[in-house]
Amino acid sequence: MTKILNVHNLKKVYTSGSKKLTVLDNISFSIEAGSSFAIVGPSGSGKTTLLGLCAGLDQIDEGTITLCGEDLNGLNEDQRALLRNEKVGFIFQDFQLLPTLTALENVSVPLELQGVKNASKDAKELLDKVGLGSRYDHYPSQLSGGEQQRVALARAFSTKPEILFADEPTGNLDEETGKKVIKLLFDLNKEMGTTLVIVTHDLDLARLNQHVLRLKGGKIVINETTAIS
Amino acid sequence: MAWRDGKASGKRLLLFMASIILGISAVVSIQSFSNNLKENIGLQSKALMGADFLIDSNQPANERVEELMDSLGGADAKEVNFASMAAFLKNGNTKLVQVRGIDGNFPFYGELETEPASAANSYQELGGALVDATAMLQYNLQPGDSVKLGDITFPIVGSLLTAPGSTAIGATAAPPIIVPFRFMERSGLLQRGSRLEYNYYFKNATIDLKQLDKMVDPMLDAENADMDTHTDTSERLGRRYDNVGRFLNLVAFIALLLGCVGIASSVHIYIKEKLKAVAVLKCLGATRKQTFMIFLLQIAGMGLLGGLIGTVIGLLLQQTFPLILQEFLPFEVEISTSFQAIFVGLSLGVIMSVLFALSPLINTWFVSPLQVLRVQEDTGKKSRPYQLWVMLTIILFVFWFAYWLLGRWTFAAGFVLGILVTFSILGLVSIGFMRLIKRYFPKSWSFAARQSLLNLFRPNNQTVVLILAIGIGTFLISTLYFTKDFLLAKTAFETNEQSPNLILFDVQTDQRNEVANTITPKGLPLIDNIPIVTMRLERIKDRSVNDIRLDTTTRVNKWILNHEFRTTYRDSMIGSEKLLEGEWIERVDPNAKVIPISLANNVANDALVTIGDTLLFNVQGKLMTTVVGNIRQVDWARMQLNFSIVFPQGVLENAPQFHVLTTNAPDKKSSANLQRELVRKFPNVSIIDLRQVVSLIENILDKISWVITFMAFFSILTGIIVLIGSVRNSKYQRIRESVLLRTLGAQSKQILKINALEYLFLGILGSGVGVLLSLLSSFLLAYFVFDTPFVPSYVPFIILLPGITLLVLFIGWFNSRGILKSPPLEVLRKEGS
Repeated sequence: MTKILNVHNLKKVYTSGSKKLTVLDNISFSIEAGSSFAIVGPSGSGKTTLLGLCAGLDQIDEGTITLCGEDLNGLNEDQRALLRNEKVGFIFQDFQLLPTLTALENVSVPLELQGVKNASKDAKELLDKVGLGSRYDHYPSQLSGGEQQRVALARAFSTKPEILFADEPTGNLDEETGKKVIKLLFDLNKEMGTTLVIVTHDLDLARLNQHVLRLKGGKIVINETTAIS
Repeated sequence: MAWRDGKASGKRLLLFMASIILGISAVVSIQSFSNNLKENIGLQSKALMGADFLIDSNQPANERVEELMDSLGGADAKEVNFASMAAFLKNGNTKLVQVRGIDGNFPFYGELETEPASAANSYQELGGALVDATAMLQYNLQPGDSVKLGDITFPIVGSLLTAPGSTAIGATAAPPIIVPFRFMERSGLLQRGSRLEYNYYFKNATIDLKQLDKMVDPMLDAENADMDTHTDTSERLGRRYDNVGRFLNLVAFIALLLGCVGIASSVHIYIKEKLKAVAVLKCLGATRKQTFMIFLLQIAGMGLLGGLIGTVIGLLLQQTFPLILQEFLPFEVEISTSFQAIFVGLSLGVIMSVLFALSPLINTWFVSPLQVLRVQEDTGKKSRPYQLWVMLTIILFVFWFAYWLLGRWTFAAGFVLGILVTFSILGLVSIGFMRLIKRYFPKSWSFAARQSLLNLFRPNNQTVVLILAIGIGTFLISTLYFTKDFLLAKTAFETNEQSPNLILFDVQTDQRNEVANTITPKGLPLIDNIPIVTMRLERIKDRSVNDIRLDTTTRVNKWILNHEFRTTYRDSMIGSEKLLEGEWIERVDPNAKVIPISLANNVANDALVTIGDTLLFNVQGKLMTTVVGNIRQVDWARMQLNFSIVFPQGVLENAPQFHVLTTNAPDKKSSANLQRELVRKFPNVSIIDLRQVVSLIENILDKISWVITFMAFFSILTGIIVLIGSVRNSKYQRIRESVLLRTLGAQSKQILKINALEYLFLGILGSGVGVLLSLLSSFLLAYFVFDTPFVPSYVPFIILLPGITLLVLFIGWFNSRGILKSPPLEVLRKEGS
């Protein structure tokens, strides 16, 4: 199968004053297109940093990352943004909706950034799909946590991304709502054939994925294929 | 604790402080300069007049006045002054000047400042002239050149820099020329019709001026003379500058108020972010008072420091005022430190910042420790009654301060009301505009355009405050331009051949034809030939003018009693007149006992007369009974000869009179040629060149508007500081939004565009609301105050609106630079933590 993400010998160092802190070291793995992939590990193990670097949100210090066939090292910030806009989707623990936009407008943003006309038509379909057909004109502050995360899901899938990065997608939700959101996430993943990369503390959630990568102290301790695969 | 917390929020508190610094520096600089001006006027009181007191009259002292003056020890110096044409022989130029013929060792206090300095003493002996220094420069004259006044040519012995009794602004209209009095009679300029003023100066430092004034003035009034003491002059001058000072103080106070609104808005956001910390402190056992005091002390400290810095800047700033205002000041102002202004600056800093911060601060009082667990609890309801008290206290304080500045309850109430109405209108219009735009903004516009507009509504936005601050500044400046423009349009005269642009005064009856014969052969039209007869009022209805003068309860305006009226006679009304009451009478029988006359409505109002009332005039010795036959409205601003009293034809034809002739010279060259020839042939004739008058008015309005623009700039600057504060306050949120957009795939230029458009909207809204409101206020000013049609000037639209918008765009963009540079992952990690 085709590899959609290839990470080789990745190293990331943060400098704080005169001190240098290596947050990721010697990370190598790859993800097949259409599969689901979980990154787990304790707090401070470098999960979110790894997710961000894989999505081209920051520069790496050593190694290479190839995302959707593009070497991220060779792209500037705007080229990386374009790649994200066309091929990548995001879901965050705290939803990260724009507070000044309605649910419908939030879902339309990535399409609008692509210059798609009739963005709201596609956005409405997605909101209907996540069960928020009656909430188009609600602002984030008027929605519950679960509803906000569903809007975020609709936004993430709005551009039909090849790969979707989710950072603790159920971290701010109660168990029941969390389960509903996860079901929706995997349903959409299957329906659209999107590769899924999830950062999580929740081992039950991790086990739903085809692959699990366990990090500790910035290093890979386990890279395994789970039973469901 | 207040200090520790303040240190942690140092940068933001500094920005709050900046909002108040500008306002305080404006108030202190104006306040201190006004105090200095008042002190200087008091100190230089004698030097301003040049004597202890003077007696003035429009005619040479008669026997009775001579006797009175003798009883006071006789005048120590005398002067006659009048407007006349001067011809500069070196280059043939002519100019309307103020001739001051002086006899004696005037001035006794202060000095005639001349170049060379010796000319001030030698001009009397040499029989020379001291010519205004600016006119010397303008006409390229040097000592040794000659100036012709009437029939006499004087050698110029020096240039006149300053002289008691001459103001710089007056000198722009008719520059003064000082010559020895002894030549005046021979000059042929003291003729009938010339508006002469005789001053008799006295030097007597020991006399009780108040007592003297009380005793002598009524006697002089009866002889159409007047007494003026140096204290009267300085008090009059003091009052005049006091009014200007108060006006500027109010403008400065508005800038301070705007700064305070900025503070209130920033503190509101600051405190909102601190509410959780307050709840935690309360959980740990801090009392309401303790937590309240932490922030109150911070704000008071910030106000004190802001007041201190503002005061220092204000004191430095006032050093520049004499340069800015020199054209308006009759003397040099020595700047010293005014302790009153320092006190005002410091106390205003503390009081205003605490007062305006109180409203958000009250929320800390009502924060429940429970909010550590449930942040959403609403404290607003509990604090509402207290907020109303705070609002009332602010209004009362503003009212009290305005009263302290203006000295009248009604004016102070008017000011507070005006401020409330203006702020409310601006606030409501901004909110209305924003809602309309949000609602009707075309959905088809680009994402960047729509997103930037929505940014104006982000949580904790300060959009309304910003629009208010930018709007007030723009409003002040643009009202000024509109007003200046329609005033100039009003003074501008028609350029067609039948509209006069040269007015010839003081033409004697026997010179009439000769003057006309000088004009017409040049192909220039003789447009008007208006006879003028001077007269004074002797009785109004059944009371003598002297009697009314002594009546302290009379409401008859004093000028009516002492004025020498220049009247004319004609059989019809002219374009600037409109009949209000009564009937126009064309002609009466020469032997009529009572003559129906026409009064301008302002004269009828000031004299308290109406149709049918009798007025007795003294027409140069002959008494003439008249009755008010009609009342006219006169557009005095129209550039033509207007009269407050018009007689019908038939009665004044044989009275002693002089004439005013008017013509139209198509260009400057033909105008100068005609003026040269007229001055040569008829030295007594004065010429007013309306072209010069218009440029003179333009010049004066320009200077006044400079001062007001200077003050309005303070409020624009305050707006800019509030803008910087607002961008800084929302910086984290802006970074979060832009990172999120970049994560979702937005390009740098898209984010830059969103940011730029947001400031562009803000600038357009602020300056647009300001310009639109100023259109309304200028229209009201034109309609109700100046009674003139309002044609809006284009300047605010093509310069002010884009100029201020670009300024806001630049400031906003400059302060948002860091937003684009923040790496997305850093922000996401912070969010995640």
